[in-house]
Amino acid sequence: MSTFLSLSVYGLADGAILALAALGFVLIYKATSVINFAQGEFLLVGAYTFYAAFVVLGLPIILASLVGVLFAVGLGVVVERFVLRPLIGESPISVIMVTIGLSAVLRAVVQMFFGTSVREQPAILPRDSIKLFGGQIPLNRLFVIAIAAFVLTAFTMFFRRSRHGIAMRAVADDQQAALTMGISVRRIFAMAWALAAVSALIAGVLLADVSAVEQNIASFGLIVFPVVILGGLDSVPGTIVGGLTIGMLKQYVSGYADPGLAEVIPYIVLVLILMVRPYGLFGETRIERV
Amino acid sequence: MATATGIHHRSYRAELALRHTRAEYARLGLMIMALVAAPYVLGNYWLGIVNTILIAVIGAVGLNILVGFTGQISLGQGGFLAVGAYTSAILHERAGLPVVVCVVIAVLTTAGIGAFFGLPALRLKGLYLAIATLASQEIIIFVVRRWNWLSEGKGFIDVSRLNLFGWEIKRETFEFQWYWVLLVLAVVAVLAARNLFRTGLGRSFMAVRDHDIAAEAIGVNLTRAKVTAFAVSSGFVGLAGALTAHYTETVTWERFTLDVSVLYLAMIIVGGLGSVAGAVYGAAFMMLLPALLTEVSDAVKGQLPFLADQLPAIKNAVFGLVIVLFLIIEPRGLARIWQRTKDYVRFWPFRY
Repeated sequence: MSTFLSLSVYGLADGAILALAALGFVLIYKATSVINFAQGEFLLVGAYTFYAAFVVLGLPIILASLVGVLFAVGLGVVVERFVLRPLIGESPISVIMVTIGLSAVLRAVVQMFFGTSVREQPAILPRDSIKLFGGQIPLNRLFVIAIAAFVLTAFTMFFRRSRHGIAMRAVADDQQAALTMGISVRRIFAMAWALAAVSALIAGVLLADVSAVEQNIASFGLIVFPVVILGGLDSVPGTIVGGLTIGMLKQYVSGYADPGLAEVIPYIVLVLILMVRPYGLFGETRIERV
Repeated sequence: MATATGIHHRSYRAELALRHTRAEYARLGLMIMALVAAPYVLGNYWLGIVNTILIAVIGAVGLNILVGFTGQISLGQGGFLAVGAYTSAILHERAGLPVVVCVVIAVLTTAGIGAFFGLPALRLKGLYLAIATLASQEIIIFVVRRWNWLSEGKGFIDVSRLNLFGWEIKRETFEFQWYWVLLVLAVVAVLAARNLFRTGLGRSFMAVRDHDIAAEAIGVNLTRAKVTAFAVSSGFVGLAGALTAHYTETVTWERFTLDVSVLYLAMIIVGGLGSVAGAVYGAAFMMLLPALLTEVSDAVKGQLPFLADQLPAIKNAVFGLVIVLFLIIEPRGLARIWQRTKDYVRFWPFRY
């Protein structure tokens, strides 16, 4: 029972971070219909900018977060303007490859500045653990779940209530109609990338705090694919359900069966979902039949 | 016929010819001379690089059949290379079959497995297909890593030195002898691909790429075209994988990760999607790039010592930048640049 409980908490924490990473991915896909293979690298860049501001420059945590957010917004806007905009209307192959190229560049830039060794970062979240139902529950995982839940709620409220959020949904729904209503589609595209970079930053900082500041953070980006396919490529609630499911599934498989199998189980789920229900649990049924 | 206004054909036969102008025959002659002279001019280090290029050419031509000509994006290249390499290595080392038989079986096995993993393409397109092939890549590599029987628990397979019907590769002339083997196979692969697209099957691949519904309307069997495209392409890739196994003489899963799939996609993007010549240019370009960067960094080590420390990072950055810049500036790659250069010369002093 206690193993189950702690596996669940670890899984939920992983899932919460995955959901944040997937949120950025879905935002970009919804608004601009681009599949972003560089999502993991956005996490990586986010984690390292926070590290640079917090540890290298020694800024207080609030200021460091602010620097991180500003940098993420800037990165998102620059990437959209100079990499993705020239490719509007190109084939999916080109768009996928340009984000893959971008991911190589981002990873290389991080490598140039910080090398490949693991960096030490003082714990932001408390490292203690509490006893609960006979199991040791690490406190920082609970914090991760809480922070992710807060951020995801904030994003959901933003889409539901704010002017810009509604504009984004309008663009996702129908670009032509949104244009005629006076919404600047370009600005929405830039905003989608900026918001995606910010949510990736939060995910990256959380992930770095519970694991370590290292290059491996980027590999988290690939597990985003099973998550979004499970939840539906264009569904924000889907990222939460998908993220938590995949996160917990990985932990259970790793705890009860085989840690190696846990690495590949998301992809097996991915293939099964694609065979049975390609648009995911909550995605819009708009898949092209061939 | 080449005139100042362009190349015009007077018969269907002429249009179908592989080479149209005298300049193209002259270029062919020069190329043959360069290829024959290469092993006598180049040192062992560069000849080794040329050999890896020749293997990459086979793989890239195969991938271009699928991605460039049929429009089915695949991130599973690394996995298919692994299938070819492991099949050939295991058959050779454990079953003791002659190399030629092993390689042929490896090609057929990879074609079969490629066709199997191509089945999702019947239902999925574009983005979804990319993600499905990403999953197949990860699953194949997982199987290869964890199935201990494959490497008898060692994690790698040692492959004995190549021996073709008693013609043995010797240590002193290793690269030199391999060069001829690989050159012949690469030329055969390129010619096979060129000719494939002059047949009905090849044309049906292109029809599927250009518009699948229109293709079906004119009588192309979509299911057959897509599955065959996966099989044919994977056959080429399996050959490249088997050759990698015998050339490097060890097989480990690290050689076939997702990065390899991306590298091959980069080759055909840089070279030019939907062009056999482009796949060749792209393979050469992407394999030469890291070697040339190493040369440059060695040359300027005196003035800029920090460059040498940053070399791995710089290689990665240049790799990414090349992909991004090609896609933004010339999405049709080196093949198109070459085409434009030729047109410029032909029409000079006029612009068009």
